[in-house]
Amino acid sequence: MRTSPRNLFDKVWDAHAVRQLANGQTQLLIGTHLIHEVTSPQAFSMLRDLGLSVAMPHRTFATVDHIVPTDRQTEPFSDPLADAMIKALRKNCAEHGITYFDLASGRQGIVHMVGPEQGITQPGTTIACGDSHTSTHGAFGAIALGIGTSQVRDVLATQTMALGRLKVRRINVEGRLGPGVYAKDVILHIIRTLGVNGGTGFAYEYGGAVFDRFSMEERMTVCNMSIEGGARVGYVNPDETTFAYLKGRPYSPAGAAWDEAVARWRGFASEAGCHYDDVVTIQGAEIPPTVTWGINPGQGISITEAIPDPTRTAAPDEKAAIEEALAYMKLTAGAPIKGTKIDVAFLGSCTNARLSDFKEVAKYLKGRHVSPGVKAIAVPGSQIVGKLCAELGIDRVFREAGFDWREAGCSMCLAMNPDKLVGDQLCASSSNRNFKGRQGSPTGRTLLMSPLMVAAAAVTGSVADAREVFGIAKN
Amino acid sequence: MPLAKLTSITGRGVTVPGNDIDTDRIIPARFLKSITFDGLGEGLFFDARKATAAAGQVHPLDDARFRGARILLSGANFGCGSSREHAPQAIQKFGFKAVVAESYAEIFFGNATTIGLPCVSAARADIARIEAAIAAHPEMEITVDLAAQVIRFAVQTVKLTMRDSARDALVHGRWDSIGELLEGREAVIATASQLPYLAVPQK
Ligand code: SF4
Repeated sequence: MRTSPRNLFDKVWDAHAVRQLANGQTQLLIGTHLIHEVTSPQAFSMLRDLGLSVAMPHRTFATVDHIVPTDRQTEPFSDPLADAMIKALRKNCAEHGITYFDLASGRQGIVHMVGPEQGITQPGTTIACGDSHTSTHGAFGAIALGIGTSQVRDVLATQTMALGRLKVRRINVEGRLGPGVYAKDVILHIIRTLGVNGGTGFAYEYGGAVFDRFSMEERMTVCNMSIEGGARVGYVNPDETTFAYLKGRPYSPAGAAWDEAVARWRGFASEAGCHYDDVVTIQGAEIPPTVTWGINPGQGISITEAIPDPTRTAAPDEKAAIEEALAYMKLTAGAPIKGTKIDVAFLGSCTNARLSDFKEVAKYLKGRHVSPGVKAIAVPGSQIVGKLCAELGIDRVFREAGFDWREAGCSMCLAMNPDKLVGDQLCASSSNRNFKGRQGSPTGRTLLMSPLMVAAAAVTGSVADAREVFGIAKN
Repeated sequence: MPLAKLTSITGRGVTVPGNDIDTDRIIPARFLKSITFDGLGEGLFFDARKATAAAGQVHPLDDARFRGARILLSGANFGCGSSREHAPQAIQKFGFKAVVAESYAEIFFGNATTIGLPCVSAARADIARIEAAIAAHPEMEITVDLAAQVIRFAVQTVKLTMRDSARDALVHGRWDSIGELLEGREAVIATASQLPYLAVPQK
């Protein structure tokens, strides 16, 4: 019997659908559960209160990322609350037999870095984590979902969760990206185009020539920010790039099992002619280096554009949104974004703190120096990235340029550790959220951009076109 | 322990206006530095409230006229951003029993439903009518009737919408899915046995 062609989402979903629940949702098996210190302690307490244990400890993996200090990673932490959180995680993992990549493991890092690095993140699987950027793992062709703490409890106790099937929107990015345009620009552009809630109810399937050429790290950058476009899930179909990345990693299948796994993984990819609920096509050449000017990730413009003017829009909603954003950001309507003075440059987060990010920036940063008055910090996303950067001398390039080179963690992405903005400092940031107060100061301001644009801002002291600063021909 | 059947919620209302209100704004990250959900109510919209006060104005949540409100009203894409369940927890712990907004971010909506905090949607014009009525009569009671799928206030009635699965779960007292998920144990084992990557590794 020939079945009609199916997309990856449907295949993975069907393989993990346990049964239908009374309210019409699906009980979905979660093959891989990643946990961290912020959203798991309450879930373990609930488990204890209900007298339940962890259903599949061998499919549960923990690390510590949000609260770890990045200057000195030895315990006890100076912050007693942070110290209590890391102790709770260690205790919960020990009690339930959960693998914990702790600070001493050499494999600690932002949870969305650790899964791929260890080969835990695999195609055709379902992955959940109490963190909205779990969509990152979709880069491997997995259904990867951010969940709340009660659902962390559900997954701990049953290895399943209740969920309704999502629609699938295929997003093609065709052609080529211009020089100095990166994966970060692609996703900022997609969010700008489709809106911060354009993805509600959808899984985003990214494809097209640009994604075919993308490395796994670039695919992760895009999938990471799917949630910023409202899509809970984002993914790329697995291909040779995916398999090459996974080969030889600690949790990747080996020997005969490897070949079997690759054959199975291949089978999950969307088939030609399969159904999508929506299809959007974007030309890679039209994507500019993008930078946000507002208080949500959809408020982005090209580096060559002017800051939006609320008097130029007829839509009352948009007008109000622009006014609110400009008032908070203390930016001037109609002024060019280029040249906006910055105070802090942050290169890090689960969006852009992988080896290729630092490598690319180091290529241009050599011999340059951070502008006086700018505080610049570079935070590798994982201990492994930190180690690789040290081996390649990348950390030295950053240090010599005047960057503070730190230990692995989330750091100033959400500032639950000591790395925070002060007052209304303006930060050029490679992270994923520019919400009010996101970087630790209730009046702090964030401009999202690619790592190289962060470097360009750090070097010049203001928002700059990296192509000009670093002599990259614009075509 | 059977869960409450949340068929109808009645109480006074208050509006926190705006679209795209993110969970960082609902509960700033520093309030997440805890291993429990205790005390989260105090952190609700903390920075927004402080900033409003610093500007010499009164934030709706600090406005004496709306004290004791049980129903929170807001705009579109409410609860976007972080998956922190701390956000609906903070709203609930502050004393709210339901949220009425134009639309919700997905993860927030699921988290709220799971803790028995109904998040219903209504048309913008209808929300504006409710808000106008609240502004005129802050003591007015509003009823969010999940069973009848309407919101009643003063002598008016407007339609509410909510995803069927969530409404069903709330109305029938099965919004916390853990019990039902546990019952599926046999089926879970059967499904898992078909997936090689779930096998217990041989030591
Ligand atoms: S780096 Fe930022 S977005 Fe990523 S997991 Fe950490 S806090 Fe969340």
